[in-house]
Amino acid sequence: MYKIVRKEVLNPVVKLMDIEVPRVAKSAKPGQFVIIRIYDKGERIPLTIADYDPEKGTVTIVFQEVGKSTKLLGTLNEGDYILDFVGPLGNTMEVPKDAKKILGVGGGVGIPALYPKLKMLHQEGYKVEAILGGRSEEYVIFKKEMEAVCDKVHYATDDGTLGKKGFVTDVLKEVLENDKEVDYVITVGPVIMMKNVCKMTKEYNIPTIVSMNPLMVDGTGMCGACRIEVGGETKFVCMDGPIFDGHLVNFDLAMTRLNMFKKQEKVSLELYEQHHGGDHHGR
Amino acid sequence: MAVKDRVPMKEQDPKERRKNFNEVALGYTEEEAIAEASRCIQCPKPTCVAGCPVHVRIPEFIKAITKREFEEAYKIIKSTNSLPAVCGRVCPQEEQCEKNCVLNKIGKPIAIGRLERFVADYALQNNIEEEVKPEKKNKKVAIIGGGAAGLTCAGDLLKMGYDVTIFEALHALGGVLTYGIPEFRLPKRIVEAEIERLKKLGAKVETNVVVGRTVTIDQLMEEEGFEAVFVGTGAGLPKLMDIPGKNLNGVYSANEFLTRINLMKAYKFPEYDTPIVVGKRVAVIGGGNVAMDAARSALRLDGVEEVTVVYRRSKEEMPARAEEIEHAIEEGIKFEFLANPIRINGTEDGWVKSMDVIRMELGEPDSSGRRRPIEIPGSEFTIEVDTVIMALGTSPNNLIPSTTKDIEIQKWGGIIADETGKTSKPGVFAGGDAVTGAATVILAMGAGKQAAKAIDEYLRNKK
Repeated sequence: MYKIVRKEVLNPVVKLMDIEVPRVAKSAKPGQFVIIRIYDKGERIPLTIADYDPEKGTVTIVFQEVGKSTKLLGTLNEGDYILDFVGPLGNTMEVPKDAKKILGVGGGVGIPALYPKLKMLHQEGYKVEAILGGRSEEYVIFKKEMEAVCDKVHYATDDGTLGKKGFVTDVLKEVLENDKEVDYVITVGPVIMMKNVCKMTKEYNIPTIVSMNPLMVDGTGMCGACRIEVGGETKFVCMDGPIFDGHLVNFDLAMTRLNMFKKQEKVSLELYEQHHGGDHHGR
Repeated sequence: MAVKDRVPMKEQDPKERRKNFNEVALGYTEEEAIAEASRCIQCPKPTCVAGCPVHVRIPEFIKAITKREFEEAYKIIKSTNSLPAVCGRVCPQEEQCEKNCVLNKIGKPIAIGRLERFVADYALQNNIEEEVKPEKKNKKVAIIGGGAAGLTCAGDLLKMGYDVTIFEALHALGGVLTYGIPEFRLPKRIVEAEIERLKKLGAKVETNVVVGRTVTIDQLMEEEGFEAVFVGTGAGLPKLMDIPGKNLNGVYSANEFLTRINLMKAYKFPEYDTPIVVGKRVAVIGGGNVAMDAARSALRLDGVEEVTVVYRRSKEEMPARAEEIEHAIEEGIKFEFLANPIRINGTEDGWVKSMDVIRMELGEPDSSGRRRPIEIPGSEFTIEVDTVIMALGTSPNNLIPSTTKDIEIQKWGGIIADETGKTSKPGVFAGGDAVTGAATVILAMGAGKQAAKAIDEYLRNKK
């Protein structure tokens, strides 16, 4: 059992939790993920680590309420417990020592997943900038945290309420045109966003890494549910990733595989909402 | 009296059981067990014991059954076998103890496995516990992996008085017993009962710890005071056939398919949250026990009408236990022998639609001693399927070797350990599938037992 020691509502669909899990907090590194199971009939869901504090023994997770499990998680409060919490899983990222300026591109809950990576690079003395995007200002989370570890943060929103009106790739194009110092890109977000970012950075010939978040079951290499194709080879995200060379990832396959259980996920959510009277807005 | 026929064991009717996950074999009654036990001629030099990887004192426990001393029989078995209710169900007895039975010369061997199961179930039902009160040794041993090897090693070390902690990566102990072998062959309450006994013996358990990631072996030894470590982390990553379409939606490794069903209870979706998707027609590729488990599990899922096992050799070469194959046939599983998939075809939106298969013939024996399957040119044909499950074995996980100082591995990736389990790193022992590659529950248990002995010796001699 793992205690929720802090909960924060970041926007109508995204919540943050600090979980007490000393072993994981002690070993976690940027880029790694965890798998949680909320209760005894629950599924195992992977979440990228958003932050960690070895002193306090806590790991921060940020999740968007999209299906039954994440909605159920959202109803839990400080002082409640999660049944299972395992990690840190996956590899950490490696950035070339001589990178001049690193650009992080994040969208949705990819932003908190991107955060510990940029934070570490900033601490190591790299020049770091970020482009963050979302539907509207409200949906661009972790702004304060990101601004604290980046030399500059650019924004893009669908409705123009924050930064440029448009997609992160629109801002990315401007940055890559005007700032020739950027020589490394890290992108985390919806698969379609990472695909478009990688397409663009490839045109500019800038090495780009992505963090994949496929469906998983065990997360320890035993089942192969998380497989994707990288450079034509099958890779297990839980063992070989989650960080990969974005120019080699088959994003279309990754998107198709994310849909494998869509129908069942819908059934599960509908049943849950029937029994729980729909929306829980938490606190 | 020995010539009498073997007492048959009742089973669920194939027509019924093919649509439920309840146990297929129903076990002996007391009278049936006594009748079967009475067939044993009590050889003065029993050959059956030599066939058992954990050397169960077979004639002695069988004799106790004939005298209706079931509790005594249990104690005899338990003195060398820590998981009898499991072994009585899933051991390949026909390859081991029963193969060596002298009655083979005149008829069927004694049903040793069924008798073991009877005794173990009797003990579970009647809450018979072994009384072990070992003198506490103040030495900590870490067991990495709560599967058959680890649980056995832990059990033996606890009985010797060691302070044992089992580290398990998943949320539940049992390894293959929990996530791999289906409920209808090994009910999970049996596995849970055996685990409860270990806890009563004093086993500490930390689930959700992936050694190599959450903590390393070096940290356990240097920072947490573990003086010896047993690595029983299992067989590793599932192998997938390298054919076009292998990553289409609807293609599973047997490990994923079985883990969803057994560990996550996807067959009870939506009561349980983990889903599983299967179409009307399922193909299982492979010929081992895992393939049989996957095929029979698939058949039991809602909406499945036809399950076909596709195997590149013929029935005779199948590595699965004869009993599993028979059960599968009784339940209506189809077999496509001498056939090898060459391509999985998908729909426009990325789902399995059909599978192209090529006919094989058997040539000269290969390194495994089995005749090598060879493609017959021009013999391709297509089978319509919606779901494909690949049960082709595993390849080692390098997480432990790559994160532990001084552990040497074989070329193929398995951890190098001698017959006692000793690895190249002092204080670290290993056994089971992590050392041998995928094998059986009982061999893993045998290795766990050996290692417990070696760990005891190591810690006694260590200053």
